[in-house]
Amino acid sequence: MKAKNFVKYALLYLILGIGAVFMIFPFFWMITGGFKTSQEISAFPPLLFPSHFNLKNFEFALETAPFAKYFANSVIVTISSVTLSTLTTILAAFAFSRLDFKGRDTIFALLLALMMVPFEMIVITNYRTIINMGLLNTRLALIIPFTSSIFYTYILRNFFVSIPDSLYKSAKIDGCSNWQYLWKVMVPMARPSLVTIILLNGIAAWNSFFWPMLVTNTSAARTLPFGLYAFMTEGGARNEYMMAAATIVVLPMMILFLFARKYIVTGVSKGGLKG
Amino acid sequence: MKITIEGLTKKFGEVVAVRDFDAVIEKGQLVCLLGPSGCGKSTMLYMLAGTEAATSGKIYFDDEDVTYMAPEDRGVGLVFQNYALYPHMTVLQNICFPLEIQKVPKAERIKRAKEIAKLVQIDEYLHRKPSQLSGGQQQRVAIARALVKKPRLLLLDEPLSNLDARLRLVMREEIRRIQQETKVTTIFVTHDQEEAMSISDSILLMKDGEEQQSDAPQVLYDNPINAFTANFLGVPAINNIYGYVKDGKFHTHDNSAIIEHEACKKAPEGRKLAFAIRPESVELSDVKANFKAYLVHTYAMGKEELSYMNVGTTEIRGYLPNGTEVDKEYNIRLKDKGVFIFDEETGERYA
Repeated sequence: MKAKNFVKYALLYLILGIGAVFMIFPFFWMITGGFKTSQEISAFPPLLFPSHFNLKNFEFALETAPFAKYFANSVIVTISSVTLSTLTTILAAFAFSRLDFKGRDTIFALLLALMMVPFEMIVITNYRTIINMGLLNTRLALIIPFTSSIFYTYILRNFFVSIPDSLYKSAKIDGCSNWQYLWKVMVPMARPSLVTIILLNGIAAWNSFFWPMLVTNTSAARTLPFGLYAFMTEGGARNEYMMAAATIVVLPMMILFLFARKYIVTGVSKGGLKG
Repeated sequence: MKITIEGLTKKFGEVVAVRDFDAVIEKGQLVCLLGPSGCGKSTMLYMLAGTEAATSGKIYFDDEDVTYMAPEDRGVGLVFQNYALYPHMTVLQNICFPLEIQKVPKAERIKRAKEIAKLVQIDEYLHRKPSQLSGGQQQRVAIARALVKKPRLLLLDEPLSNLDARLRLVMREEIRRIQQETKVTTIFVTHDQEEAMSISDSILLMKDGEEQQSDAPQVLYDNPINAFTANFLGVPAINNIYGYVKDGKFHTHDNSAIIEHEACKKAPEGRKLAFAIRPESVELSDVKANFKAYLVHTYAMGKEELSYMNVGTTEIRGYLPNGTEVDKEYNIRLKDKGVFIFDEETGERYA
């Protein structure tokens, strides 16, 4: 019995271990690559660790491309779009779960149907809209299309629906308005869901590449991922610089993940959320 | 506060939940809305609270017409069956919540919440979350939250049904005590007649959205207006022997037994009737008997025995002295109290 269990767990951990190595190795290669010299990075057989950790590549990356500017843009765009979309998500979820208005469920079903339309299709119309609004090459162009999310509204609405009616009635009798009930009862109760939504949304906004590539041509409004791409083409094929730059781009999200791992994992497994 | 209900009706589409309901509830009373599931008693409660709008009719609090008043302006406290506590708040925050909404200053809020917590005896648990409390404690918190804003009327929806049997006894005494200490007019809904009988000043008995009878519990028990009231109140339930009256005597439908009783004179001949006897209204008799019964078996209850006996082909239950021998026929005499004759079809009481 014990031996059988041992074999079972050994196999399980072996498979998981291999999976983990596959997942972690690219990150490892990226981070150590950032510290290597150009000889070391193209050495054969490959070196796992640089001979000594020098920060020259990072300095070069930060000097050549305006990564500080990109970083600031990324922070501004991520915070604004997450704040706005969380706000609209909360309000819409409340309306679709608590308020009684004509056609509520029809409108909601229509919105859900829109989720079937792939992002790439909406891109063209969104692009036209941004141009017509004269927002090309601005941070607003990166924020406005992402100020609402049907998917997160759906997730939050389902949570709101599960809150018993009696809580609402009880609050009503105490003289609580809808607005107060939303912020004092529903939102605090939905905190775990909301944290997950904010985190996943934040990661998506931070990592967003395709849309920024379309609407930003100058460094003034570029965010980190597209900035990195631009650096790659502008700075030539120097792998050690690229690794350093990539590390700068990914680092904030990795730190965020380490702190908020609990929420992301439970959110993804329980809420049926996907990134 | 005195509550007057006039012709109150509530329809959900075609379904009538409450029909033309009249009632007066006196100030400071503990009144129970009693009835089987689906009789409209909770709907009544929610109309008083204002969370359900009445279809027609009027509700007055004292002389004020509150029929169309918003729930928050009525000054009522409502305790839900599932307590409806806010799970993310502590006990203290839960109790403070109604005052917070009313913008009562924080220091006063906490002072009042603590006073009321003491009254319902949960002052030790002020900093716990509801999930860390037992059902009885959650119930106390819910009552405290309803009382903290000093309501004119306290409404309780099936307050004891989520508790286990022992706790139910404790909490019903508690509700009675809290009500008497605060003297707030209280209406509570239950389907448990024992609960209703034991703590209320007055019972409003409902069936199918209509009022059956409204009076003090003992009056309802001793003097039911119809067969429904008689059958609904009392454990063990009242015995019904079905038959008809002919020549001043009650015959069962299959003519297997005859009951001679003066009440038979008040019942019309030619109607299907129910001769109803409370279990405690039977006694053994050597001389003058109302009917004969064959004792089948008995259960010891301490003071007396609960006995199952056959009157003709009908089995009835009654309390007989300890040691009464089974498998024998006895002469049974009926006491003055607890004997009624109802119409089998309409439930109307004849005697």
